[in-house]
Amino acid sequence: MLNAIWAVMILVAVLYGAFTGRMGDITNAALDSAGEAISLCITMAGVVALWMGLMEIASKAGLIQKLTRWISPFLTFMFPKIPKGHPAREYIATNIIANVLGLGWACTPAGLKAMEALARLEAERGNPEYLPEKPDPSAGKAKVTGAAGGTGSDAGSRRASAEMCTFLILNISSLQLIPVNMIAYRSQYGSSDPTAIIVPAIVATLISTLTAIVYCKGKDRGGIRS
Amino acid sequence: MKALGNLSGIVIPLLIFFIVGYGYVSKVKVYETFLKGARDGLKIVADIVPTLIGLLVAVGMLRASGFFDMLGGFLGPVTEAAGLPAQLMPLLVVKLFSSSAATGLVLDIFRTSGPDSYAGLLTSILMSCTETVFYTMSVYFLAAKVTKTRYTLTGALLATAAGTVASVFLARMMV
Repeated sequence: MLNAIWAVMILVAVLYGAFTGRMGDITNAALDSAGEAISLCITMAGVVALWMGLMEIASKAGLIQKLTRWISPFLTFMFPKIPKGHPAREYIATNIIANVLGLGWACTPAGLKAMEALARLEAERGNPEYLPEKPDPSAGKAKVTGAAGGTGSDAGSRRASAEMCTFLILNISSLQLIPVNMIAYRSQYGSSDPTAIIVPAIVATLISTLTAIVYCKGKDRGGIRS
Repeated sequence: MKALGNLSGIVIPLLIFFIVGYGYVSKVKVYETFLKGARDGLKIVADIVPTLIGLLVAVGMLRASGFFDMLGGFLGPVTEAAGLPAQLMPLLVVKLFSSSAATGLVLDIFRTSGPDSYAGLLTSILMSCTETVFYTMSVYFLAAKVTKTRYTLTGALLATAAGTVASVFLARMMV
């Protein structure tokens, strides 16, 4: 994805610059921006290191694990059909807490584990799309028609479970409370009050997340009826 | 709306106080632990240096070519009625696909308009309340080998739209 975006930006810039006769400006911009990226990283390094240091303390002190337990009622509300002890719950909790605290590096691995666990949950529920098939890429297609008797479909057309949809929509609605990176960028570009956006950002995040919750709950209910 | 800013100002000190205090009371070696985390943080930043160079150069070139001005001239009259400065339009679109490419555009807005301008505040809030829709979906669904994503995209776009509208209101209250 980024390959296409990056290439288009560079190519359009040079073509359009040739058209408007601004090649000199583009040269300067390219060189200045490269230097600017480094000075930005120096500011960011300080803020990110500070945040990660604090989070390491929070994690060692058991604060993050405690938070994960606190959101259990929320998980039960959002994912009522995941059994209590199922690993999917744990991964989802870790992912959500890491998101809330802005620990980008810790979100994705837990999130991917959560998706795998949700896929296993579907298999445990007997959803034919998720039942493990012996991986046999060469003859797979031919065998499915004979063995599954036409009811099962191959792994290529798995439908997302309701839990997966809810989990992803929640994730994309953004859960991060303190926008650490934005604060760092703002301070680098001379904001008189880099942290002024914290409360507005929390309010906006709550609104987008609430929208996500209402939508998912609505869909869940609709799903049961139909 | 000074109150929003003032309240924001105390969040970080309180958080630091709470975490360090809690850690100390729970007998964590707070300082050594902090150093370990900070070291990890530096590694994370070191990893994104090349990304930032690549993207800031691309966005810088694009702006110098006059492309953004042209785009703004086209879109400005339409979007400004909705409280969205034309500068933000490329950001809104790119953000759906890649958060690092979006970061390049964010920094460009900060440089040209300043982080405390209306456009700067709106950008700050907007980037804090939404995530990269298509990237997250493709990575996560790949892990579960799911191809039919059902209502995920609708829900994600709805949440993003709600966050955008909220950001416009909040940023207006701040200036």
